[in-house]
Amino acid sequence: MNSTLVFAQLLNGLQYGVLLFLLAAGLTLVFGIMSFVNLAHGSLYMMGAYFAATAFQYTGSFGLAVLAAMLGSLLLGLALEFVAVARLYRRDHLDHVLATFGLVLFFNELVRIIWGAQPVFLQVPEFLGGAIDIGGFSYPAYRFAIIVVGLVVAIGSWLLINKTRVGMLIRAGAVNPAMVAALGVNIRLLNAMLFAVGAMLAGLAGAMAGPILSVQSGMGESVLITTLVVIVIGGIGSVTGAFYAALIVGIVDTMGRVFLPFLLRQVTERSFADAAGPALASMLVYLLMAVVLAWRPQGLFPANR
Amino acid sequence: MTTTPTTSFRRTALAALAGVALAGVSQLAAAATIGIMAPLSGPQAIVGQDQVDGFMLAVGQLGGKLGGQPATILKEDDQLKPEIGSQIVRKFIGKDKVDAIVGLSFSNVLMASLPRIAESGTVAIATNAGPSPLAGAGCKANVFSAAWQNDGAAEAMGKFAQDKGLKKVYLMAPNYQAGKDMMTGFKRYFKGQIVDEVYTQVNQPDYSAELAQLQSAKPDAVFVFYPGGMGVNFIKQMSQAGLMAKVPLYSVFTVDGTTLPGLHDAAVGSVSGAMWDAALDTPENRKFVADFERKYKRTPSEYAATAYDAANILNIALGKAKAGDAKALAVAVKAAGSEFKSVRGPFAFNNNNLPVQNYYAFETIKSGSSVVGKLVATPLTRQTDAYHAQCALK
Repeated sequence: MNSTLVFAQLLNGLQYGVLLFLLAAGLTLVFGIMSFVNLAHGSLYMMGAYFAATAFQYTGSFGLAVLAAMLGSLLLGLALEFVAVARLYRRDHLDHVLATFGLVLFFNELVRIIWGAQPVFLQVPEFLGGAIDIGGFSYPAYRFAIIVVGLVVAIGSWLLINKTRVGMLIRAGAVNPAMVAALGVNIRLLNAMLFAVGAMLAGLAGAMAGPILSVQSGMGESVLITTLVVIVIGGIGSVTGAFYAALIVGIVDTMGRVFLPFLLRQVTERSFADAAGPALASMLVYLLMAVVLAWRPQGLFPANR
Repeated sequence: MTTTPTTSFRRTALAALAGVALAGVSQLAAAATIGIMAPLSGPQAIVGQDQVDGFMLAVGQLGGKLGGQPATILKEDDQLKPEIGSQIVRKFIGKDKVDAIVGLSFSNVLMASLPRIAESGTVAIATNAGPSPLAGAGCKANVFSAAWQNDGAAEAMGKFAQDKGLKKVYLMAPNYQAGKDMMTGFKRYFKGQIVDEVYTQVNQPDYSAELAQLQSAKPDAVFVFYPGGMGVNFIKQMSQAGLMAKVPLYSVFTVDGTTLPGLHDAAVGSVSGAMWDAALDTPENRKFVADFERKYKRTPSEYAATAYDAANILNIALGKAKAGDAKALAVAVKAAGSEFKSVRGPFAFNNNNLPVQNYYAFETIKSGSSVVGKLVATPLTRQTDAYHAQCALK
């Protein structure tokens, strides 16, 4: 364990965290502000990856692929909101869960019918194809691009929510939707827009993850669960909270995966450490969530209400 | 009244006649019913789909018949869930009265339905699994694997690394039974130093942390088992970190027809251990690959090859044992194992009904704009698994 290795792992954690933030930002807006539990958020991420892969296949341009993913998932989000989600706002959370779980199954089968069961290919853009040398470690340049995109989105959403009129309405709508509607704001349109923007961010996350992950049916599920953990830790409805929590979860998960088996080996037998290490590491973020919930049930950085 | 010899003779003759007539009728109406059970939904659906497609390709080539009898093929999706697999097997045996079950899914699903299959005596041919209990003390006279004993391909990679004279190898696999079995198989033949043995979470999407560890360990090679999407993630990320050139990648069940479309160039240079690849140059295999690609517009995987072989085994067996007699069919299947021409080269069923076959090493290379396998070595020839001595079958 030398310091460059620790630094490289911190970078890995940061990159994972930023990717989680792209997903969590959209989900927490929908969850916190409209009080809508959207399990299909992971499907939007998957669709984003597929849109990007398809656009890449036809144009060969990664920029266009990302654009197609964002536009495609934005439109898909609008359509979903109009067809299904808008009818569910007034129902309780269990109905949300059931309906959106159905959507998850629907989208998984849909991509299998359209794109087949084999994973599809999405390449890293040529100019980011290389690796950067950090003190003897080669770190993929593309992962720096993910970090940059995530930070840009973080700053952008902070400005949107805290510095614009729309952001003010979003914050107000979160506290008292009836009052905002009574003031003459079309809360229905605001909700649809928010949902679509959340979908677009999920699509962007899918497009950014596409070149490093396997683009295949069901890719949204595992990441959705971690995203929910991020939201619970950060505080429901708080984009700032989602940002910090995503970084915490990303770093805790990465560090746990590396150092837990290593630490266990110091105190127990090798074979036990090899088996228990990864198992414990996979529990780590849930343990973190449990501790946070016990200590601050509203999350670490709850939205100001 | 006592029966006179004449009446007794008449009776016997009548009974014999009736028997012959009945047999004749049943022969006229004979039709084979085969049940295929495989995962056909979820992330592993491609593994099941390839088995169904491989089997159906052979049935199509045989004019819809198996052993000269019209064949009815029933397909069921086990969703990779042991409890659903058991239900399907129950239905195949009890309601559909199938002559044989093919596919049988992943090892865990197979093991869950094994008691029911063994008890019924129905012939079953696994085309994707060969768990060690089935190869050893738990072997069954009516249960076959046309695929492999699970350790086989990993043993071949261990032998390959040993033959290459590698000193230090790094091992990686998901943290579950098959992952550990593969590493055990590798270590059975590799006698050098294992630098580290890393088990990751099942379905972990990101390997950046583990790749940094791998890089700092500086081994001669890394041996991995990452089936399906996990393998696509791992290899893409290893390639992007610029590690493919620094650390040779050996794998099993990771780079194949199911993952290459998602991997493309990323896997170039890696070496895979397998009992079959589209690159194998035999007349049977050339025909199989060409026909499969023509019909399904994609390259077949080893799962398609095993199911294709299973159909050809059943074709010979059903030609000899008439449908309905499970015991005779099991005997015929065992014999057919050494009679049919497998797409993988030499093949026979061992005493435990698992394959005796070659295991090859294929390097992934670029050929024009596509990425294909190239045979570089045959580390294990007519390999018998490590468990067959524990099987009571002779």
